[in-house]
Amino acid sequence: MNETLTEHILEVEEVVMAFGGLMALINLDFQVKKGMIKAIIGPNGAGKTTLFNVITGTFPPTEGAVRFKRQSIETLKAHEIAKLGISRTFQTVELFTNMSVLENVMVGCHTRTRSSFIASGFRLPQVTRKEAQIRSKAMEVLEFIGLTNRSAESADSLPLGDRKILEIGRALATEPELVCLDEPAAGLNETETQAAADLIKRIKEKGITILLVEHDMKVVMDISDEIMVLNYGEKIAEGIPEEIQNNPKVIEAYLGGEENDA
Amino acid sequence: MLRIRKLPIVVFGLFIIVFPWIAGQIPAIGNYPDLMIFAGIYCLITIGLSLLMGYAGQISLGQAAFYGIGAYISAILTVHFELNPWLCMVIGTLIASAVAVLVGVPSLKLRGHYLAMATLAFGIIVFIVFNEEIEWTGGPDGMSGIPGLSLFGFEFDTVLRYYYLVWFFVFAAFIFTINVIQSRSGRALRAIHISEAASSAMGVNVSRFKIVVFVYSAILASLAGSLYAHYLNFINPSTFDLFFSIKLLIMIALGGMHEVWGAIVGAFLVTFLSFEWLHFFEEFEVIVYGIILLLVTIFLPHGLVGIPGIVKGWFRR
Repeated sequence: MNETLTEHILEVEEVVMAFGGLMALINLDFQVKKGMIKAIIGPNGAGKTTLFNVITGTFPPTEGAVRFKRQSIETLKAHEIAKLGISRTFQTVELFTNMSVLENVMVGCHTRTRSSFIASGFRLPQVTRKEAQIRSKAMEVLEFIGLTNRSAESADSLPLGDRKILEIGRALATEPELVCLDEPAAGLNETETQAAADLIKRIKEKGITILLVEHDMKVVMDISDEIMVLNYGEKIAEGIPEEIQNNPKVIEAYLGGEENDA
Repeated sequence: MLRIRKLPIVVFGLFIIVFPWIAGQIPAIGNYPDLMIFAGIYCLITIGLSLLMGYAGQISLGQAAFYGIGAYISAILTVHFELNPWLCMVIGTLIASAVAVLVGVPSLKLRGHYLAMATLAFGIIVFIVFNEEIEWTGGPDGMSGIPGLSLFGFEFDTVLRYYYLVWFFVFAAFIFTINVIQSRSGRALRAIHISEAASSAMGVNVSRFKIVVFVYSAILASLAGSLYAHYLNFINPSTFDLFFSIKLLIMIALGGMHEVWGAIVGAFLVTFLSFEWLHFFEEFEVIVYGIILLLVTIFLPHGLVGIPGIVKGWFRR
């Protein structure tokens, strides 16, 4: 029973993702340990977002298996995977711009509550009760991410930094065990980036596992427990931040190193 | 926060209750309660369409078909089989729901223009069936002899009585829809409108919700069709043609698509325009609609219900 320390919450096995002739992911194999922050880095077009899309069920992998808490999920639909406990954010922020900040988080509570279309239409007592529960839970999330005072504002009116934070909050409202964050610091200034990094650390403290795609190397090196490097859909390196920093293959992939070593 | 205020609903309800009395006092609008029956019937359809299009963002050009299905099921089952009209109304909604599922499952996978095209084709097919199944539907000549409605011996045989019956249905549908909008389901629908990817990542079963709202809009249209058939005691296919589907879109676009009030305002306006105010344009009526729609989409993108917001904006400055 010494497994607890190294328990894998997510296992990706021999995953291939082909779009026609384009191989976006090639025989990808990796695991994510429960409770850690694992970063996935790599040049543009390396297949990072594709990997997120496969894990969260946007599309099934062409080949291979994805297991979450030992359960195969590669054939499940996105909403079923969300229900199992994987949530995500998007590289291009995909907030519900027709709703308030609070309502965005309330949509996040969707999967942990049940009340049917018909019951809602008749506004049965349990529906009213559940609405109150959803609202108070959403307010808790807003407090955690520090957007309480903007709850009534339109999600569209927030500055980019807050929109990114709100998207993370919305993902947290689904009560995930694993969150996939797709470039949470992209486009943010230094203060906003620091705020996002701090938030990610606090999410980890809650015991939630984090899979992180990010280009800001300072953030990645600062908060990650483990890093995997992708290039052209293949894993070229994996390890703790110090190992990755000094890995010649990684440096080559990023800087376009010389073909023939003299 | 999306909160639909109760006061305007109460005021509107009182207005509907006292309106026939007011109309009775003023000879010039003495026929308005009759028009209001049609407005109410259209409201039923547009309320469903507003939820489908304005909130969930799914375009349907086939609502006239569901309206027709309700009307024809009621007509056929009462005229040919002499079933109880209320039972026929229920059967009509069941059949409309089943058809909505059959049409919706493949076509709601489509988006935007493709969904519009699929529902448009569906509407045309149903219209052809009404025209060609002469044995059952009477073909282009239509069907007459459809009985009126009665409940426990109470006949809805006057304009006034039918007026209250129709508006009872409208209010029930209106309140139900408002409740849905302000609930978890309503949020899911609005979420789907903006991003299907983000909605499903939040655990929203996107295809299921689309089907549910499509079926709901079909049920309301079918109910409206039954009420129409039992009121006029006569139906013919031209009521349920493509132009009527488009007219329904005009109604919610004029009234305002993103608020359920828009459905009511639009249905009222178009009813009175087409039965009263635009009569003297005769065949140019369509052009007038076009101009009105053009003006509204350019100057009032949120429809007529957007006006109070614009006025408020002026005062704030």
